[in-house]
Amino acid sequence: MASMVACLICVPLIFAGIIACISNDKVRGYVVYVGGVVIMGLVVATVYKYAVASSMFSKLEPITFELPYNEVFNMATIAGDVILMIVIVYLSFKWRKYWISIFSIVQTGIVLWVEFMGPEVEEKASIRFDNLTMIMILIIGFVGCLIGIYAVGYLRGYHVHHKEYKDRRRFFLSMVFVFYAAMFGLVTTQNVMWLECFWEVTSVCSFLLIGYTRTDEAITNSFRALWMNLVGGLGFAVVILIGAYKFSTFDLFDIISLNVANFKGGQGDYIQLALLQSVCLAMLAFAAISKTAQFPFSKWLLGAMVAPTPSSALLHSATMVKAGVYLLIRISPYLYGTYTGKMVYMVGGFTFFAASFLAISQSDGKKVLAYSTISNLGLMVMCCGVGTESSRWAAIFLMIFHAISKSMCFQAVGAIENTTGSRDIEDMQGLMKRLPKLGLILLIGMSGMYLAPFGMLISKWAALKTVVDSSNALLVIFICFGSASTMFYWTKWMSKILGPQEQSQKDVTEKGEYISMFCHAAMALASVLGMIIISDKIVNKYVISTIVSDSVEGATAMSNSNLRMMLFMVLAVFVVPFITYLMSKGVDSKKVTGYMNGINVGDNKHFVDAFGEEKELHVSNWYLENMFGEKKLFTPSVIIGLVFICAMLCTVIGNLIGGGVI
Amino acid sequence: MKSFHKSPWLIHYDASSCNGCDIEVLACTMPRFDVERFGIINTGNPMHADIFCVTGGVNDQNKDVVKQIYDQIPEPKVVLAIGTCACTGGIFKECYNILGGVDQVIPVDVYVPGCAARPESIIDGVVKALSLYQEKHEKMVKEGRGLPEDPALDED
Amino acid sequence: MIRSMIIIIGFIVLAPFIGGLLEGIDRKISARMQRRVGPPITQPFMDVAKLFNKEFLSVNKQQLFLLLAHLFFVVFAGSMFFIGSDLLMVFFSLSTAAMFMVMAASSTHTPYTGVGTMRELMQMMCCEPMELLTAVGFYLASGMAKTGIEKSFLVSDLIHSNVSAIMYLPGFFIGFVFILTIKFRKSPFDLSTSHHAHQEVVKGITAEFSGGAYAITEIAEWYEEVMLLAVVGLFIVNSNPISYLVAALVVIFVYFLEILIDNTSARVKWDLMFKITWGVIIVFGGINLFLLENVSSFMKFFQ
Repeated sequence: MASMVACLICVPLIFAGIIACISNDKVRGYVVYVGGVVIMGLVVATVYKYAVASSMFSKLEPITFELPYNEVFNMATIAGDVILMIVIVYLSFKWRKYWISIFSIVQTGIVLWVEFMGPEVEEKASIRFDNLTMIMILIIGFVGCLIGIYAVGYLRGYHVHHKEYKDRRRFFLSMVFVFYAAMFGLVTTQNVMWLECFWEVTSVCSFLLIGYTRTDEAITNSFRALWMNLVGGLGFAVVILIGAYKFSTFDLFDIISLNVANFKGGQGDYIQLALLQSVCLAMLAFAAISKTAQFPFSKWLLGAMVAPTPSSALLHSATMVKAGVYLLIRISPYLYGTYTGKMVYMVGGFTFFAASFLAISQSDGKKVLAYSTISNLGLMVMCCGVGTESSRWAAIFLMIFHAISKSMCFQAVGAIENTTGSRDIEDMQGLMKRLPKLGLILLIGMSGMYLAPFGMLISKWAALKTVVDSSNALLVIFICFGSASTMFYWTKWMSKILGPQEQSQKDVTEKGEYISMFCHAAMALASVLGMIIISDKIVNKYVISTIVSDSVEGATAMSNSNLRMMLFMVLAVFVVPFITYLMSKGVDSKKVTGYMNGINVGDNKHFVDAFGEEKELHVSNWYLENMFGEKKLFTPSVIIGLVFICAMLCTVIGNLIGGGVI
Repeated sequence: MKSFHKSPWLIHYDASSCNGCDIEVLACTMPRFDVERFGIINTGNPMHADIFCVTGGVNDQNKDVVKQIYDQIPEPKVVLAIGTCACTGGIFKECYNILGGVDQVIPVDVYVPGCAARPESIIDGVVKALSLYQEKHEKMVKEGRGLPEDPALDED
Repeated sequence: MIRSMIIIIGFIVLAPFIGGLLEGIDRKISARMQRRVGPPITQPFMDVAKLFNKEFLSVNKQQLFLLLAHLFFVVFAGSMFFIGSDLLMVFFSLSTAAMFMVMAASSTHTPYTGVGTMRELMQMMCCEPMELLTAVGFYLASGMAKTGIEKSFLVSDLIHSNVSAIMYLPGFFIGFVFILTIKFRKSPFDLSTSHHAHQEVVKGITAEFSGGAYAITEIAEWYEEVMLLAVVGLFIVNSNPISYLVAALVVIFVYFLEILIDNTSARVKWDLMFKITWGVIIVFGGINLFLLENVSSFMKFFQ
């Protein structure tokens, strides 16, 4: 087990190094493929080992252990922190964004101070492995690596289209591998120092990936992503400080669960202890909220769209934002019924609601996907904030399904952009006929995101149920109205790609990209079909293991009979259109032109105007800019998000200072 | 099929009428004449229609429109020329732009004369059209569904 | 199992008859309200029979299989409702059905269907929150009626409650009846397509469906109508058998109300529809929900 986890962290780093050294395009491509496959293999092996160790995932206690050469890893994280600081300071001075370096310097300074000057702390095993860790590793390993494989072919096409950008593929691909390493580290460790380091690595990697093209826009957006994530990272610095000076431990779970042996406060001062814990929780939640791009931090994820598509896919589905969700799921049991929890679910619920409205007004495919990510992350954050068992169940499933479906959508949109030169939804008219394979992938991805029997919707249903059970009327309203607008923007996109289109197009998508996309499709299907098993064997077990005394209900949010019915519906959604298709195939039909008051030129795309000339006709979707436009809704949403965040931080800190008055 | 008698849906097209006949067609659907009691509905959409009512003579500019709408009505269908102008071109017959009656462009089944055609005669024409409709349907069933397809549109 | 099979078959066979008859009655009453004689009550059946005997014209052949899928999911939703399964599921599959309809229409890419499709989506967006809220409301009410009972989304549990749900859900009832106007495609909210002859978007979303394809949408609509009216009935029904009679009367009254609204109001624009509907949902549904969630202990006190 221990050596496997060490491999998971080191192997991607080694591959990153190799890739960075190879200048031959073809060889590099193969190395990436091999790297991806090796990492997937490692993941499978790790899961197998874990399955054996935990007697088929049924063990409720997590497995904790040290990595081999633990001290080396320890020093590496410190060194990593320093290197990251140097990189950030260098780049922010290079691009004249001096102030951003302050965040990094402060944070790294605190870490170094605590490490070298701080008090002795209790030594604890640094790795912790349970069912949630395993799910995360599977997501990162499979979805993440497939995106890496996709990126090879995509970037080749990308640089054919975008001659104006410098070809820095080596750098890009090696950063992707660094990302895997950081994510693997992040989800396996329970040491706050390590966690902080990996957290920073993901922030900086995403910053570098977003700035790939080095256009003005890319640089502005990448620095925005950087500072927003660094601000969130400051939360970790506070937790480390409290952990070292007050709790004498770096163990994340000891800190949040108040399992503190050598508390350094006043003798028996439990109030202060609890207050300090609530500060830690709020700080971690704050870090997670900035990572998951909730309002007020949403802008960085939208800005991340300037990067080549694989990096968006990576940030949105398997890594980065999922790190935030992961952390929230971890602290979720302790958020139940607290003020911090309340603010977290308000931020999440509100973000789900607002982002789904903003998505309506977008016609850029990637931007719609970005808003949809923010909105779905909102749902997950909300579930974590509610903090009951069934809400964690919903959050975990939302995360799984979202990772797969969203990655698929992004890859399809990226490939479409490479082929047609546009990612605007209006240009995707009749995609199913022009590029049937890509159309199909996009269709499956989109159905996975919102349609009735698919995973996201089941999980949304579970989320609705837990919210109703936790007696929160406002959240119920958020979900109901947010679902309506979600339906609106997905359906209108979907209806666009089904329409007619005669001219066929040459598909320039590479084989590697298709392999990745079809693997995703298979995973999407498998995850829905296997949902009962996943729920029973893995997620329920994890959820039960996290029950803390003062939260109330039973474990499952969704009864198996309901899941079975869903399963039936999944089959129906695939089988019924197929059967009806076969049925309708034999029906005679006479092809006619569509009704245009008798002035259809004959191809449904042109009409005869009053001068007897042909005019082109374009049937556009509605974007309702005046009602749901970014100009109108974005700033108010940020302000509302900010209010929640401020309320959260002010209250816990005020409480600490005031000694628990409120 | 008996149901045809009871559910004829119309589409009304004003080719170049002076609006006299149009008013009368609309009057048929109003409470006084209430053609809906026979199940007749003015659909305004060729795809749903059975009976094509044309008022006014056909001119150069709209002959294609009339043809296209005619094509978009599924078989079986019946064409009604309503009013003198639609039947023959009427007083506009000699105009430089008028081709004549509707039958110059599409086959007409029932002619309803009158300037303007009275609602009673329009309803009478529709009822006449129904028996023709019946015949056409029987013929269609005998010969197999549909008409020979237009090769220009035949691509799927 | 056998019982549910019988119910499903019964629903599949009977619902179109009931739906068709309701539409016939609707057309008759509407005609009388306009001082006309109106068509016979069996008119809708004759229309559909005729449509099936027409030639099938298609702009895009995809539409037929998408429409069949639409019909399937409507029937599926209805069957699930009547065998007493989860109410949320029912509404979700109803929106899946609606999605297939939108696909079928938009596959033609013509201007009138284009406008109709977008308006249909708008209508769906207006209705969806209230449908979900209704399910939530029933769920909460089921926990309210008997003490110590587990809350449930199952229709089969809801009908055995000892108090009619409407006692707890008056706001939800108003909201639901309000969106029925949209669901039944009645004026003032018959934007995407209308039962009336003249409409500015030429039958909107159904403009390009000819013959059998149009007949399928009509039949699907009958199924949906029966199901939605049954949801109205569910507000009234409780464990007392007499409540079924009351429910039937209420359903009839609601249907009459819809016809009356249809005949007395002019079509509104989509943005007004959006604002009015969501306003009504928030005011009636939202306040009712808020009270249910927060004052539940207060209400229990009075029982």
